[in-house]
Amino acid sequence: MSNQEKLLTMTGISKSFGKAVKALDNVQFELNAGEIHALLGENGAGKSTLIKVLTGVEERDKGEITLDGKTIHPRSTDEAQKVGISTVYQEVNLCPNLSVAENIYIGRAPKTKFGGMDWKKMNADASKLLSGFGLNLNVQANLDNYSVAIQQMIAIARASDIKAKVLILDEPTSSLSQAEVNKLFEVMKKLKAEGMGIIFVTHFLDQVYEVTDRITVLRNGAYVGTYNTSDLPRMELVSKMIGKDYAALNKSVLDSKAEKKGSDKGEPFVKLDNVSHQGTINNIDMDIHKGEVLGLSGLLGSGRSETARVIFGLDSVSEGELKIKGEKVNFKHPIDAIRKDIAFCPEDRKTDGIIGDLSIRDNIVLALQTKKGLFKKISKKEAQILADKYIEQLEIKTPNADQLIKNLSGGNQQKVILARWLATNPELLMLDEPTRGIDVGTKAEIQKIVIDLASEGMAVLFISSELDEEIRCCQKIIVLRDMQQAGEVSDEEISQSAVMEIMAGGDNA
Amino acid sequence: MTRGENKKKKFHINNVSLLITIVLFVAMFIFGSIRYDHFFSISTFLNLFNDNAYLMIAGIGETFVLITGGIDISISSTVAFTGVFMAHCLEKGMPAFVVICLALLIGITVGAVQGSLIHYFKLQPFIVTLAGQFLMRGLCVVISEASIPINDSFFKGMALGRIPISFGEAKPLNGKIYYYVLIVMVVLLVSIFVLKKLAFGRAIYAVGGNEQSAALMGLNVARTKIGVYIISSFCAALAGIVFSFYTLAGYGLQNMGMELDAISSAVIGGTLLTGGVGSVFGTMVGAMIQGIIQTIVTYENLNTWWTKVTIAGLLCLFIVIQRVIAVRADAMKGKATAE
Ligand SMILES: Nc1ncnc2c1ncn2[C@@H]1O[C@H](COP(=O)(O)OP(=O)(O)OP(=O)(O)O)[C@@H](O)[C@H]1O
Ligand SMILES: [Mg+2]
Repeated sequence: MSNQEKLLTMTGISKSFGKAVKALDNVQFELNAGEIHALLGENGAGKSTLIKVLTGVEERDKGEITLDGKTIHPRSTDEAQKVGISTVYQEVNLCPNLSVAENIYIGRAPKTKFGGMDWKKMNADASKLLSGFGLNLNVQANLDNYSVAIQQMIAIARASDIKAKVLILDEPTSSLSQAEVNKLFEVMKKLKAEGMGIIFVTHFLDQVYEVTDRITVLRNGAYVGTYNTSDLPRMELVSKMIGKDYAALNKSVLDSKAEKKGSDKGEPFVKLDNVSHQGTINNIDMDIHKGEVLGLSGLLGSGRSETARVIFGLDSVSEGELKIKGEKVNFKHPIDAIRKDIAFCPEDRKTDGIIGDLSIRDNIVLALQTKKGLFKKISKKEAQILADKYIEQLEIKTPNADQLIKNLSGGNQQKVILARWLATNPELLMLDEPTRGIDVGTKAEIQKIVIDLASEGMAVLFISSELDEEIRCCQKIIVLRDMQQAGEVSDEEISQSAVMEIMAGGDNA
Repeated sequence: MTRGENKKKKFHINNVSLLITIVLFVAMFIFGSIRYDHFFSISTFLNLFNDNAYLMIAGIGETFVLITGGIDISISSTVAFTGVFMAHCLEKGMPAFVVICLALLIGITVGAVQGSLIHYFKLQPFIVTLAGQFLMRGLCVVISEASIPINDSFFKGMALGRIPISFGEAKPLNGKIYYYVLIVMVVLLVSIFVLKKLAFGRAIYAVGGNEQSAALMGLNVARTKIGVYIISSFCAALAGIVFSFYTLAGYGLQNMGMELDAISSAVIGGTLLTGGVGSVFGTMVGAMIQGIIQTIVTYENLNTWWTKVTIAGLLCLFIVIQRVIAVRADAMKGKATAE
């Protein structure tokens, strides 16, 4: 990497939000042409803020930015794009009411002779561009017909197609499947070979080691250092990010799992007896006991989240029986499930869940208030105690519980949503990808909390695409494939290869 | 899922709702034709344009604002104010051409001020345009409390000049349109072009879909938002001009509540008040439906307030229909898959 030209440098960048939050303090960053540069750090470290400052979404307090040797100071995304910086922000940034093709080309659509937009060419271009990402979509359909994962790919396609010198991807992979990630990396490598500089933010360390050349670490808004990826061992990287010893933290998770082996197996809290919901799951048969962490594994679309949806009353049971504590139930609405002490922290927190203009405290007590009914108001004092408890336990990075949730970093918003469901103190807690977008340190904390809750007698249904996470937390893992139960592994049998084998269909195919 | 299937499912709120509107219009026309003698004729149809030209123009302008998710309730006062202002200036002997240009300029200015307040100071569009409504209504009375007649020859020419349209000898096959209906057609075509083909027009939809996303995609939100309020007020001024052709007078208390007619035209035509969805063609049809209800009410010899009652009922119906379609579309969300 030595003979490469410097493309972008940022020096002495500082940014505060009000008096209480110093998001960036004298941060530096450097990007070469033809380089993929990872920007890493815990939730709330300041990664997204650095990107927003760079692209003019937020105005910096101090600091200097140069691109190609020239000082730049964009005041909006528009201006940043004009000087050659194209960005996919952490929040979804597309318009649901426009077609897929328009979302890719709006603002720079091809024109006809008469000066109008050339829809035909635009649609054709969009199809071609997307097929480069392995996506064969109806580009004339509205964006919101597609899943968050596909929308994310579309956002990436848009940003990569803008003829830019710098491409910024802020946690682009948090909702993508492995196959989609691979496609993305292919494209990133191609763009890199063409001389583009790419800034890549992620919490998946595997991905960091797979594609990046260098790593810059931020911690608490301060610059920690820049390293060549190949020279920095993983454990050391994590320690730099969280500023404490990761090995010890990791060990405490494994210990607490070992401790709580052999929970009681009386009557199951939830029993699914051949449950189907038209089009999403088929004949699912499973029990969840109190004191148990049950893992649901399988590829995207295999029916994992859909199973949880049925238990939570979001989808109806079209065949079979759902029993809670031995009693047959027929949930029409999530509120019915909530009243039976069931909680569900959904996967798609970017769009569901977060109510941006409410404080952290109000967001946390929301589900509890619903459960109690609107007439038994939770006092402000009670709410404050709850909020403080979870802010501490989940290490939510905020000056206080009054902060509006929209002002938190992406990962910290997720922690608040998790806290919301923990606060209802349910008997069955269903977590769908609870650690998506959450940094490694806190991930381990959350895993530990889950295990501890179970050992205190809660039943937990744990859904995660990260196999090692399931393996660390669960006593039993049920593997789904094509909307059906493909097999299960428990206790000592649990291993990466055993689960993968069933997932791939080696078990009974 | 194959591409063909996918396309069929892609039946959006705007076109379903618009389809219902068109069907409804045709049904009403047929109903009228069967029930009343002389109803079925080209002239009944063309009179919908002759009598509602100003409402169509104002409604089209309003649609731009509604698509961004905003609202402009100042338009009725703008119509009245430009009317009084022009009548006053003409009375003083200013040439028609200059007066018309001044009126349009007033429209642009009013829109620019309102749009800037809304965008830069992050004020509620409803409040800002409510203030605008009061202000201009007040200014009307400052100029003149009484109705001012217009005697200018150009205005008179426009008031009377018409083009006969004939499809044959029989009486039902003949009708006429006034010159100013051509203005409606031009406004409509230009608006369709802007909304469908210009980057500015697409940005209007983007802002209505998600303002923050639009900004993060690098679109110029300020220009778009201020732009739509300028268009709305400009169209209102133009509607004011057409209205004075129609009435040959300027009167400060004219057109009270007309902004609601314009907004209901848009909603009946498939525009969502939440923004992001809508079409000016739909608004046109919406205005025509209101026109035909008025015609039927006249044929029935009922009090004209029955028009309002019917429109109110219709509006409720359409809001419910849109809600139902939206809920069903919601259920489809995120379900389409890549091939
Ligand atoms: N608009 C705002 N108002 C107040 N505080 C803010 C605002 N935006 C960000 N912050 C704070 O700045 C800090 C840095 O946030 P940032 O979003 O940059 O973190 P991040 O490194 O991207 O984290 P994550 O991995 O969770 O996305 C956080 O403590 C956050 O609460
Ligand atoms: Mg972030």
